[in-house]
Amino acid sequence: MISLDFGAVLAEWPQLLRGAAFTLGLTAVSAVLGVGLGVACGWARAWGPAWLRAMVGVYVELIRNTPFIVQLFFIFFGLPSLGVKLNPEIASVIAMVVNLGAYAAEIARAGIEGTPRGQIEAARSLAMSEAQVFLRVVLPPALARVWPAMTSQIVIVMLGSAVCGQIAAQELSYFANLIQSRNFRAFESFIVATAIYLALSVLLRQTLNWLGPKWIFGRVPQSR
Amino acid sequence: MYRRTLLAALGAAALLTFGEARAQAALDEVMAKKLITIAIPTDFPPYGFVGTDLKPQGLDIDMANLIAAKLGVKVELVPVTSANRIPYLQTKKADLVISTLGKNPEREKVIDFTAAYSPFFQAVFAAKGVAIKGAADLAGKSVGVTRGAIEDMELSKIVPASVDVKRFEDNNATVSAFVSGQVQAIATGASVAGNMMARNPQLGTEFKFVLKDSPNFIGVAKGEDKLRLKVNEIIAAAKASGEIDKMAVKWLGRPAGELPN
Repeated sequence: MISLDFGAVLAEWPQLLRGAAFTLGLTAVSAVLGVGLGVACGWARAWGPAWLRAMVGVYVELIRNTPFIVQLFFIFFGLPSLGVKLNPEIASVIAMVVNLGAYAAEIARAGIEGTPRGQIEAARSLAMSEAQVFLRVVLPPALARVWPAMTSQIVIVMLGSAVCGQIAAQELSYFANLIQSRNFRAFESFIVATAIYLALSVLLRQTLNWLGPKWIFGRVPQSR
Repeated sequence: MYRRTLLAALGAAALLTFGEARAQAALDEVMAKKLITIAIPTDFPPYGFVGTDLKPQGLDIDMANLIAAKLGVKVELVPVTSANRIPYLQTKKADLVISTLGKNPEREKVIDFTAAYSPFFQAVFAAKGVAIKGAADLAGKSVGVTRGAIEDMELSKIVPASVDVKRFEDNNATVSAFVSGQVQAIATGASVAGNMMARNPQLGTEFKFVLKDSPNFIGVAKGEDKLRLKVNEIIAAAKASGEIDKMAVKWLGRPAGELPN
């Protein structure tokens, strides 16, 4: 029978707190940049010129069909041979942005392509510029349509950031690992980390659910 | 598990009684046959590994050849693993075990040890241009280490707070981080560092300072005092002539230093 001793793990709460804060920060930066990149790529794939469509297509397929940890290792261990040395934190952000960007591109494209033609034609007949049509008429309802999927993807990327500890980025699972390597309370350490991840996920999902309608795309009446 | 321990104990007891009867005979047998059988590692660079010519090489192999040469006999090398090196000695499949064997009380109950012949240590390594003489010089630098390894524990005890200790999941990641320049120094075992330096000579990595020492000894079967003393003589002579140091520099990048007898 295993006897659990959470005290030994919880005594390290400053480290756990630091790790959780780092994970959140990493996710916040990556989510903003990643969704931005995703929307740009989504536009390119749906409306862009043929050469750009092809380029973005290669990027999306490349990222979506390789494991995140390989992308991370490529950036951290591979790029230095090309003379690009990044610290673990920057490497983690870049890997997460690139990864989220590819998935978000497909999600955004689905929203953009789901726009009824009539809406676009109506906007054009009002003499709006192409940029206005996209930014004001197409994008907000498109984002509103796919926001639940986008939220899920951001949560997945946050949970995926657990592997950034492998390149010594000091996020939550890095500290969970460090704690269990010191006091050999592996089970307790990972149970605590799991509970923190769960709490962070719920918090992040709620925040995004609130943030989307309020600040990003407004309360768009859904077309039926 | 219990049954296995019991079997092993019975086997060891049987061997011991058998060994008593033939005690002290090993050296005479070696000299009569003009052949010494030595157990060496092939999975533990730079102490023992298989080279590109498929022949074993490394510090332990050099040591085995040295002892055979000094005895004036031929040598037969038997590859062993960490788990079976002591049984090889107990069952007389080898006269000597030269296989990065550390001395501890449990092992001393079943085999005898000669004097130490090579250092094994955890240490800090970095490029030649980086001035590091002790833990204090690491201030403001980044050091890669494998999380939870002995060197991590030792390093964490002594480094100043301003050292950026980056902990990686395993030795491969730690070495990759150092080789790709992500950390300026690396704290690791002599074996890992030796292997890394051999494969990446362009980095100009050198030994900086020791974190923990745990020298290697040669194992002889229990009670084979004649062989043990003869090997001790050879080791003492090799220490005096500098051959032990030369070997350590060649394979580990550092002189052997003071080795316990």
